[in-house]
Amino acid sequence: MESTQHTESKIIELKPFADEMVVNMGPQHPSTHGVLRLELRLDGEVVREAIPHIGYLHRCFEKHSENLSYPQIIPFTDRMDYVAAMNQNWGFCLAVEKLMAADESKAFEVPERAEYLRVLICELNRIASHLLSFGTYGMDIGAFTPFLYAFRDRERLLLLFEKVCGARLTYNYVRIGGVSEIIPIEPGSIAEQNYLDEIEAFLDYFEPMIDEYNELLTKNSIFAERTMRVAVMSADMALSYGATGPNLRGSGVDWDLRRDEPYSIYDRFDFDVPVAVDVPELGAVVGDCWSRYKVRMDEMKQSVRIVRQILAEGLPGGPVMADLKAVRPPKGEIYFRSEAPRGELGFYIVSDGTPKPVRLKGRSPCFSALSALQELSRGLMVADIIAIIGSIDIVMGEVDR
Amino acid sequence: MSDFRAMFVGFPDFNISEGVFPNINLQDKLNWAEEFIQNVLIPRLPEAVAAHFPVELGTVLVMFAVAGIFVAVVPLLPLVLVLAERKVAARFQNRTGPMRVGPWGTLQTLADGIKLIFKEDFIPPQGDKLLFLLAPYIIFACSFAVFAAIPFGDGIPIPGDFNIGIFYIMAISSVIVMGVIMAGWSSNSKWSLLGSLRSAAQIVSYEIPLGLSILTVVMLVQSLSMTDIVSSQSNGIFSWLIFRTPFTFIAFFIFFISAIAEVNRTPFDLPEAESEIVAGFHTEYSGMRFALFFIAEYANMFAVSAIAVTLFLGGWEGVLPGYDILGGFPGFVIKTLALVFLMMWLRWTLPRLRVDQLMNLCWKYFIPIAFFNILGTGIWGLIFPEDTLVSIIISCAIIYIGLIVAYTIAGRTLAQKPEPQPS
Repeated sequence: MESTQHTESKIIELKPFADEMVVNMGPQHPSTHGVLRLELRLDGEVVREAIPHIGYLHRCFEKHSENLSYPQIIPFTDRMDYVAAMNQNWGFCLAVEKLMAADESKAFEVPERAEYLRVLICELNRIASHLLSFGTYGMDIGAFTPFLYAFRDRERLLLLFEKVCGARLTYNYVRIGGVSEIIPIEPGSIAEQNYLDEIEAFLDYFEPMIDEYNELLTKNSIFAERTMRVAVMSADMALSYGATGPNLRGSGVDWDLRRDEPYSIYDRFDFDVPVAVDVPELGAVVGDCWSRYKVRMDEMKQSVRIVRQILAEGLPGGPVMADLKAVRPPKGEIYFRSEAPRGELGFYIVSDGTPKPVRLKGRSPCFSALSALQELSRGLMVADIIAIIGSIDIVMGEVDR
Repeated sequence: MSDFRAMFVGFPDFNISEGVFPNINLQDKLNWAEEFIQNVLIPRLPEAVAAHFPVELGTVLVMFAVAGIFVAVVPLLPLVLVLAERKVAARFQNRTGPMRVGPWGTLQTLADGIKLIFKEDFIPPQGDKLLFLLAPYIIFACSFAVFAAIPFGDGIPIPGDFNIGIFYIMAISSVIVMGVIMAGWSSNSKWSLLGSLRSAAQIVSYEIPLGLSILTVVMLVQSLSMTDIVSSQSNGIFSWLIFRTPFTFIAFFIFFISAIAEVNRTPFDLPEAESEIVAGFHTEYSGMRFALFFIAEYANMFAVSAIAVTLFLGGWEGVLPGYDILGGFPGFVIKTLALVFLMMWLRWTLPRLRVDQLMNLCWKYFIPIAFFNILGTGIWGLIFPEDTLVSIIISCAIIYIGLIVAYTIAGRTLAQKPEPQPS
């Protein structure tokens, strides 16, 4: 009898057991990070099953792109992961550049100055993205103050971005063949020096703040109790679900595209890849919510290191855009992946030699990570669901595209 | 008057005064209104009126008048506290808080209140209408009834000055949970239901350590009357009950933490955990009904702080015997607001516990410690039947040593936590 009931309730989605309550969490819920909808089957406070329903922010990005020329697609990538839009721009541009490099006659070099600017801005964007993740995670767990601390610091970064591209959220800064010249910063000018000084001032302020945030939230015993040993994602599980980025490193897999498949000029910089380890003094195990969160906190320090190296070297002179007549990639296809703040961002492009792609597919790191939610959340409590969603750090704009 | 007193004729006279408990007798101190009429009002009246003044009716009228004053004055308290909370939160978070309405935003709560009054009064069509309408009033009334028994200061009349004052407060504040459950059930919302059930579990659980820590005080004072509890602490700071024995010192912290759980504030704000269950039991409420919950919450916060001050921190008695430092009505309010500030501080600093951790804390730690406290207080009472200089010195020495030991252990545990360096 039990088994037939079970299969029945599987088929008819909304028929619960007598002792179960089906609750809709989202799409309008304070902490589903946008418009994620979860169908929770609750036994009291215990979650029997959490089924994610996505698509509330679907904007036909891929289909839409087929009717746009390559440079026109870049602003649409801004809207994917709007928290780390610089990295999305860059990921797409890298894919198109690689596609164009297939044809000798169309190959071009991205200028040195543009490469440095890209790394500089995208690493700052990574800090901004992780700051938002840190702040909202604190709020998910119930501490409101870290959120405002994080936004205070993120604000300074947004002002820096505004100075190079004029926008605070959707930048359209990285272009195919270089970076945007809309607000030019002349090489060697006072404006450039001022800008770099401003970044340095931010880093000097921000680096000690990471330790302070660790003191305030990371090591807070209530926070630790809420996140440690909760929703442990083993390395095998992380790999099988295709989790990438901090989620993968939080499960103890040492993999970072910036180091292992270096693109752009990442091979010139010296940085570590933070990977979660067991912390028996505190009680954290590899793969729990706390580890995923801690990897992000450590990554911010590494981004600061990279930016400091650029500041020490100084920006090279020269143009910021390659001499590029038209973006008309040769016939062929390409898949290129880069390390965005939320993991491996891949773009698969099929070109028929026209200025518009025939097919464009985005590989979203959040989508893969979110797919693990159902398995992770089984048997936990309602409050843990929130902790998991925060720790895998999804942005619905990227999941739905 | 006799008619009024007839209400209590059938009331059993608990006669267990031989033990640690006092004789529970409601009739003792209910005559404050009558005294007021006899001693203050009638001498001031013209003789012809005074002779025929209906004392019984007057007593009832005076009681109504005092109740009216309370209903008028006490809601102003949340008005101030809400603003204080927002300003305190803002300072914790590098903000300025409300600044637009009035000088430094001081009229912001008033503006919010007016806005809430004009909002649509939404009643869920599928819900239980009667319970939905009743719930905010139950919570509101109960949290205000608590104020009736709080001794605010020397010479300020206490409307409910029973000789079972603290028992009355415990009883009346437990009724709040009924309002919460009614609100959650009648809203016809699953989030509300979850919130109200969480609240019921939480409040019922935390009432036990709360009551047990009150018991230690009652054992020492040998009275349930709030006035007696205050007057037993009249010999300066070291006669405050928190320092009287080491056990009341622990009891104070258990009381205060349980009180935070009782009034549903962070880190125990599970019933209205915004990031988990939207707004808990008052998700579906809007307009003035929502404001009632809000006012009740802040009134509660003040009330439990005032009770903590009365029970442990000397009430309106000052720091030094004979001098009026931190004493009287201003002293009482300052001490209470200090505890309220502590609650705000905790709220804007700490994350939230999970429901099982909340229960663990209560049942596995607080209740055993509270029972140990009662045992300890009993033994202390046998050793030192009267408060003497010796007993107070021994008590303070034990508290001091205990604090140093706790500090060292905590420091060592913290020092053992190195910065984890994943690489």
